[in-house]
Amino acid sequence: MTDSFPENTLVRSGFSQRTLFNTVMTCLGFACGALALLPLLAVLAYVVVQGFSSLGPDIFFQLPPSPFGQGGGFGNAILGTILMVGIGTLISIPFGVLGAIYLTEFSSKTTARWIRFATNVLSGVPSIIAGVFAYGLIVLTLTKLKIGSYSALGGGFALAVLMLPIIVRTTDEALQLVSEDLRQAAVGLGATNFQTVSRVVLPAAMPAIVTGSTLAIARASGETAPLLFTALFSSFWPSADSLFKPTASLAVLVYNFAISPYKNWQSLAWAASLILVIMVLITSIISRWATRQKA
Amino acid sequence: MSTDNSVTNSTEAILRTEGLNIYYGNFLAVQNVWLNIPKHQVTAFIGPSGCGKSTLLRCYNRLNDLIESFRAEGKVYFNDKNLYAPDIDPVEVRRRIGMVFQRPNPFPKSIFDNITFGAKINGYKGDLAELVQRSLQQAALWDEVKDKLHQSGLSLSGGQQQRLCIARAIAVQPEVILMDEPCSALDPISTLRVEELIHELKERYTIVIVTHNMQQASRVSDRTAFFNVKTSEKGERSGYLVEFDATEVIFSDPQQEDTKAYISGRFG
Repeated sequence: MTDSFPENTLVRSGFSQRTLFNTVMTCLGFACGALALLPLLAVLAYVVVQGFSSLGPDIFFQLPPSPFGQGGGFGNAILGTILMVGIGTLISIPFGVLGAIYLTEFSSKTTARWIRFATNVLSGVPSIIAGVFAYGLIVLTLTKLKIGSYSALGGGFALAVLMLPIIVRTTDEALQLVSEDLRQAAVGLGATNFQTVSRVVLPAAMPAIVTGSTLAIARASGETAPLLFTALFSSFWPSADSLFKPTASLAVLVYNFAISPYKNWQSLAWAASLILVIMVLITSIISRWATRQKA
Repeated sequence: MSTDNSVTNSTEAILRTEGLNIYYGNFLAVQNVWLNIPKHQVTAFIGPSGCGKSTLLRCYNRLNDLIESFRAEGKVYFNDKNLYAPDIDPVEVRRRIGMVFQRPNPFPKSIFDNITFGAKINGYKGDLAELVQRSLQQAALWDEVKDKLHQSGLSLSGGQQQRLCIARAIAVQPEVILMDEPCSALDPISTLRVEELIHELKERYTIVIVTHNMQQASRVSDRTAFFNVKTSEKGERSGYLVEFDATEVIFSDPQQEDTKAYISGRFG
């Protein structure tokens, strides 16, 4: 007999070639998984260790100090980040969600394919290009109209451009996961397209849409490059007209202060990094909590 | 092919198809159907897979409109209105002609909201609580769920979910209820309950039911339409109506050879 199976016993041997290979590969897989987590944990630990010492109530309520000054904070940058991410969210969520609804519910297959392709391209555009685009479209226009220049509006718009493809893609995927049976049930009861989408499809997809939007918000909060072109920076508190004036943001503050030679600025940069991470964390916890499935 | 479409004079037809051809793109899925469905009776569609019985069923409430390549030629009359005339609003058609699907598909909402959904979207002005009770009672589900109306519809068993879907269809007060293999996902006990329900419902509604199960057709229906598939020279399989008659006649004395072969289990 030439094609017989090898003589194996039923007793498991730790040293057979197959078992050894199996064990080695399992260990390798575990090691790679642990290594993938390592950067996240290291970054978090480093930011916490470095930033924690400069943390205090002052950082929320005070303006950045002079290079050799004492104390100070970056309350204006926190507000600026919230303002600009807010503008970005207000622009990108309606456009993104409604666009994705058109994509999954009403467009023809060919149209949908092209829109999906375009969205993927947009999500691959480097963020600095989004900044240049917003600079050209918003900042230069404001300058021409003489009502402003570098501004929160420009920064928010640049962030919206970056958030849009994330929101379209996650909403699109969430809507596609909603069972066709549910749509037919609604339509079969005499629901119009609008009623079907707004009362059945969207509620069913809501948790995934919120998760996607949170992801987009988290991504936008940390963007620096597009804001350098559009919102610049400011050492003052945002005011009623700061939509049209240079505005501070945490990300740009971290960039400016971290490369400065001044010790007090550098430690503020660490504190700002920590605050940024905490803000993203809180956003995602709140959204998870708000959309958790009931029962 | 000869079809007996005569409906006895005592009952008028509520749904009539005249020379209906159903296409998906260039593919002829169902051809030349002439069929009169009598009011307040249960009409069963039987036939092998792919004979187009579900496709035909979905023409009666224009649910096929959701399929991009779908096209219908010929006429489908609901009372005296051609459902495929350009001035017909499919949304209103679907309110009058309800549908129960193969798999129970309650909304991921409470039992109460499942029933009231159709009423709300159609601008119902009456008392919602009363509507819910009446619909659930008609669907023989009230006693089982009256204490948990605010639990999710998905918390019910499969058979209960299907009766919830029937209650949901009843709640918009349709004239016709289309049922697309409503028991194929249910166990025998639940099937029995739904069949009993069909018997009760025909007092008020006209029911058209598609079924794979010939015993079920013989148990629940007054009239039965048998569909078959034929393969054209191009290799396309399209469905056609073979025979339509009183259910006793179809199952005891069918006029067509194909029907006889199918009901005696020689194919299908």
